[in-house]
Amino acid sequence: MLELKNISFSADSDGKNAEIIRDLTLTVGDNRFVVITGPNGGGKSTLAKIIAGIVTPTSGQMLLNGEDITSKSITERARMGVGFAFQQPVRFKGLTVHDLMRIAAGKDITAADACEYLSEVGLCAKDYIDREVNASLSGGELKRIEIATVLARDVKLALFDEPEAGIDLWSFNNLIRIFEKMRNTDKKRTIIVISHQERILNIADEIIVLADGQVTKQGTKDEILPEIIGGKFAVGTCCKLGKEE
Amino acid sequence: MKQMDAVQKRLLQEVADLHDIPEGAYNLRANGESVGRATTANIDIQSKPEGSGIDIRIKSGTKNESVHIPVVLSESGLKETVYNDFYIGDDCDVLIVAGCGIDNCGSQDSEHDGIHRFFVGKNSKIRYVEKHYGSGDGSGKRILDPKTEVYQEEGSTVEMEMVQIKGVDSTHRTTLAELGKDAKLIIRERLMTHGEQNAESVYKVELKGDGSSADVVSRSVARDTSFQKLDLCIIGDAACTGHTECDSIIMDSGRILAVPSLEANNIDAALVHEAAIGKIAGEQLIKLMTLGLTEAEAEEQIINGFLK
Repeated sequence: MLELKNISFSADSDGKNAEIIRDLTLTVGDNRFVVITGPNGGGKSTLAKIIAGIVTPTSGQMLLNGEDITSKSITERARMGVGFAFQQPVRFKGLTVHDLMRIAAGKDITAADACEYLSEVGLCAKDYIDREVNASLSGGELKRIEIATVLARDVKLALFDEPEAGIDLWSFNNLIRIFEKMRNTDKKRTIIVISHQERILNIADEIIVLADGQVTKQGTKDEILPEIIGGKFAVGTCCKLGKEE
Repeated sequence: MKQMDAVQKRLLQEVADLHDIPEGAYNLRANGESVGRATTANIDIQSKPEGSGIDIRIKSGTKNESVHIPVVLSESGLKETVYNDFYIGDDCDVLIVAGCGIDNCGSQDSEHDGIHRFFVGKNSKIRYVEKHYGSGDGSGKRILDPKTEVYQEEGSTVEMEMVQIKGVDSTHRTTLAELGKDAKLIIRERLMTHGEQNAESVYKVELKGDGSSADVVSRSVARDTSFQKLDLCIIGDAACTGHTECDSIIMDSGRILAVPSLEANNIDAALVHEAAIGKIAGEQLIKLMTLGLTEAEAEEQIINGFLK
């Protein structure tokens, strides 16, 4: 179980203090598939980074399975079972896909083992295993490798920041299948996905709407989804922009 | 042949991946003298009359053979200059492994300057691997100033892999190459400096024949207070293509000066250079930390991959 208590985060932007997360309190139960959605700039990515330890909140407390992780480092959280798939995968000159999968698995996995994870994300491992994780790979390929690094780890809490961004339609179908498989395995694992995609929202146990750094809605898919689709986030965008001006 | 001691064997393993005597042709030099040599039907090794090095002659048409010419120095205060000339015939396909390991536990400087010249015949394919390694905790410096000259005839290909990762206090490396028609040169340099080490690497590649090409890539890491100067120059005198790339990571208070240069003397010369210096990207460290590595472990993985 993940508990966030009164989490706030502010950052300086152009000399002004911008509050990105405001006094956010949230509980995510075990073995749940949770999708966080909401308007751009609402604080979703920041929240995911706070959970992974990449961003340190200004105030508040975080508990993972009852243990206070507020002051734990990225590494400590990773070793406790937190996994994070970046929205924009990082490139490495020289490190191969096999190297990265080996680091992710935390042991010297064979090419055959690495292949399993790569084929999960629709990559023919034979063609990729010795490739460098650098600019020679396309955005979609990097994104799939990024997801494979989380699959290769035995995580209790998996965070995916906009996994659908930058991948093609075929991979997208595959992505849905990966998430369905992850949630159907009997491991006690919580999955938090940041997404705008209706089809990902559609497989959620729970949907959280984050706007202006706060949870504005939280509930089951059946409660929240009808409100969002055709709701104020989908229509009236122009009016909203107009008002802000 | 003379027996080598444990230190010499360790150095040999570092520079040539050899546990003992290699297969094929070889010449082992330890502390200023030849301690073993073997020739084959196609590869001959002769000492130069003045005793200052060796001539290696490879017959035309020699394929899938190798020559190992490692040098180890384990005596403090030894300074030597060795001239090794390779005469490679036409249509060969040969692997040449050179390299120097210095172990200096004493207080006097040890220095080995290897001057290697390669005369590569038509359509021959050469792969040259050179590793430099230093060890020993004495106050005497370990110095290597290698000079490599390559003369490539029509249609020949030379691939060079130069590695210096550890323990050499001061190095000034010069590599000169001249390429004839349709000749191809590929250089991969890996360099890491520690402590107060000083490394200078100069490349001057002249593309003289039409259709010749060169690809010179240097990857280096400067740690602690070490300094590197990388000077990569390609000169295009014909219808040719040349590419240099200098990619460096600085850590601690390490310093790097990259001086890539191109000179085009022919309208059909197409030359490109790329150079980048910077510290390890923060996001790379973060990514590996989210996979459970500590910051130091992440750094090590990134550097190892970069220099692989």
